[in-house]
Amino acid sequence: MASGLAVLATILVIAPLVAIFIDLVYKGASSLNLNFFTKLPAPVGENGGGMANAIVGSAVLLTLASAIGVPIGIAAGIYLSEYGRGTKLSNVVRFTADVLNGVPSIVMGIAVYALIVVPEKSFSAFAGGVVLGIMMVPTVARTTEEMLLMVPHSIREAALGLGVPAWRSVLSITLRTAMPGVITGCMLAFARVAGETAPLLFTALGNDFWSTSLRQPIEALPLQIYVYALGAYDEWHRLAWAGSLVLIALIVVSVSLVRYVTTRGVLKGAA
Amino acid sequence: MGVSIEVNNLNAWYGTNHTLQDITLHIPANEATALIGPSGCGKSTFVRCLNRMHETNPIAKVTGEVRVGGLDIYSETSAVEVRRRIGMVFQRPNPFPTMSIYDNVASGLRLNGYRNRRTLDEVVERSLKQSALWDEVKDELKKKSGASLSGGQQQRLCIARALAVDPEVLLMDEPASALDPVSTAKIEDLIFQLKSQYTIVIVTHNMQQAARVAERTGFFLNGRLVEFDSTHKIFTNPGDKRTEDYITGRFG
Amino acid sequence: MILRIQEPRTPKPADDEPIGGLVPVVVSPQASTVRTFLVSRGSSSIADSTFRWLMLLCALSIFAIVALIATELVTHSQITLAKFGWKFFLGSAWDPVNANFGALPFVYGTLVSSILALILAVPLAIGVAVFLTEMCPRALRGFLSFMTELLAAIPSVVYGLWAIFVLVPLLREHVDPLLIRLLGWTGLFAPPDFGIGMFAAGVILAIMILPIISSLTREVMTAVPHSQREAVLALGATRWEMIRMGVLRNARIGIVGSIILGLGRALGETMAVAMVIGSSPTISKSLLAPAATMASVIANEFAEASDDTYRSALIEIALALFLVTIVVNMFARLLVWAVTRGTPARVA
Repeated sequence: MASGLAVLATILVIAPLVAIFIDLVYKGASSLNLNFFTKLPAPVGENGGGMANAIVGSAVLLTLASAIGVPIGIAAGIYLSEYGRGTKLSNVVRFTADVLNGVPSIVMGIAVYALIVVPEKSFSAFAGGVVLGIMMVPTVARTTEEMLLMVPHSIREAALGLGVPAWRSVLSITLRTAMPGVITGCMLAFARVAGETAPLLFTALGNDFWSTSLRQPIEALPLQIYVYALGAYDEWHRLAWAGSLVLIALIVVSVSLVRYVTTRGVLKGAA
Repeated sequence: MGVSIEVNNLNAWYGTNHTLQDITLHIPANEATALIGPSGCGKSTFVRCLNRMHETNPIAKVTGEVRVGGLDIYSETSAVEVRRRIGMVFQRPNPFPTMSIYDNVASGLRLNGYRNRRTLDEVVERSLKQSALWDEVKDELKKKSGASLSGGQQQRLCIARALAVDPEVLLMDEPASALDPVSTAKIEDLIFQLKSQYTIVIVTHNMQQAARVAERTGFFLNGRLVEFDSTHKIFTNPGDKRTEDYITGRFG
Repeated sequence: MILRIQEPRTPKPADDEPIGGLVPVVVSPQASTVRTFLVSRGSSSIADSTFRWLMLLCALSIFAIVALIATELVTHSQITLAKFGWKFFLGSAWDPVNANFGALPFVYGTLVSSILALILAVPLAIGVAVFLTEMCPRALRGFLSFMTELLAAIPSVVYGLWAIFVLVPLLREHVDPLLIRLLGWTGLFAPPDFGIGMFAAGVILAIMILPIISSLTREVMTAVPHSQREAVLALGATRWEMIRMGVLRNARIGIVGSIILGLGRALGETMAVAMVIGSSPTISKSLLAPAATMASVIANEFAEASDDTYRSALIEIALALFLVTIVVNMFARLLVWAVTRGTPARVA
């Protein structure tokens, strides 16, 4: 009876996921064609547009976000694992990172709006990239720390024993040994912010036209999905499903990679 | 060529634990010196003080004087520079897992900024020959990972890595304790070959090993150096009752 | 006497090496160039300390981010903070035209939708965690935990899209009429029913926070020492009794922590909720009526907020959301840490 309940719960949980996937693939794949990747959105009411500008926009935003979030996050992770291990400061940093992870993304969006959009008097791709980058920091920092902690201490000793300076040893030996894990951690953070909509509403804003300028508003895939999902046209709904499928494909690939690397062979031979 | 090591009033702590107390001894150049004693006696801490590896632990502390080739390593130079002059081989083989055999041997030079490809080739070959690994690995130097070798081979790779920086002193912290008897014999042969060129300090829990490879032996007990003399003297006519008890197997 | 001693085979040098060992010594010509090179390299203490400070700076940037968010939100919500004070969260009138703002309907919407989500999600999440840790075949376990991780990684806007086109019609046509028939007497499920509304928001939130709760619950359950289970089994307990007494009881603090963490996520969840809740700043008894949450009102109205007071009111809501989620997350982390201490916490 109790086991039955647990099994039932599991089925109830898996059911929506399966439903979401089936709907996504079914409705998304039927609208996915070359136009989706190459065309701009069609004028309202016309068929046949695409999301090329949103894909490019997301690429711009995510590049900027990674350029901010990955180095700061990795450096913070290095501090936590290599320098601050066991100290009060690093415990507080770690705790703050975890708490920051739980701050709603819309709040981040509003804060960056106040920080960048208000003084600049313009929505911009830059503001969008900054907010996504900030959101990556805690995740990248914590996964980097965890991966570095898995590197055996003897490897660090070997490097220090050769008279290698500490900074060089951290970068070329410890970080390099943990690299597969660190990269997947970054991909996880990347996948997470790739689907973020709320923080972009008042920073990147969205843009129906081509734009790669950091000082102009820019379109992003999740923003476009949001607008199209709430729109009144079937064509828009089709595109929203197609966009979601592309987004999910990106995320599934990253999550699978993360899982592959963390369950086997992260540090092959190092243990 | 090796240099001598002069240790005066060396004290070391882990937190509040006074692990080494007033160690004074002179390790001559181009000889093998063995340090024996029961586990926890401070012999490993002692060698780690000789290249300032002890201080990599944040709670560790050292006082006293260690002169390597006349230079006081604690006051007249930096830890990084000291470790470049003194090679170290650890208890468990620890090749860099992401690197090929070649890169492992070259790592000490490359990571310190050395770039000349031809010299690196020569140094790698010389070091692998010195550590008697060359013939076994020469065909897949750059293909095979250091971590894919057997345990004994890995340890000889670590010796080659330490030799590649052309150190003046080679510290070995129980280098054979994780190895099988055949590999152990190879390591001992190696120490024999190398001691004419380097000052070797070897920590061992194996008294036969000390007797086989070392000219001099020091006996540590509870953080103190009980006796330091020629290996022959220590094993045939120890001056201290505790040394005699230990080598006759009455305790430890 | 005891050991047979070989005389050392290598001849001892006549004298010890003269003092002054910095002189590079010749093993082979190349070796000496190597030694000269290494001796020429400095202590690199400047590079080392620069690097260390740089890493520290990046670690401290995490504090800076939190401080930055807080100051930006406070400075930009000055107008309403000064005008309404604490009454802002007690007033139920949301009237942008007359610049009269009370955030109570959104506080109410956030609380009710989150609690609804917890009521729906917690039993299921614990059931899944029990199933995964205690009775699932190993092969299936990997697949199912992968699925739950995937569920956690799906973007909010995709949940919202799915909710609009699949979940809401399903609720409107099949679930809501049933609820009205069975529970209509409570007044919680009363027509008119548009499908969108508080209940739809609660359901989609439940689906979204399930993976977080179940994976963290699983973690704290795995952290229960094996000896605890065996002790209970040794007393002749059945498997279910073992799970209840040996595992759930020992992991309960951690489970509460993971539930609160799920609550933290539900409180701030924006897009999916904004897409199905119906955006109405009203407090209704019926869960089928449209409503709004703190996060959803920001998402839906900030772009059209034309004057400074209106914007300030929305930013003040963001500030409140920030403070609440910080407190909730701190509390939850402390609980989870208390249980899994020793094993590093995974990033949720």
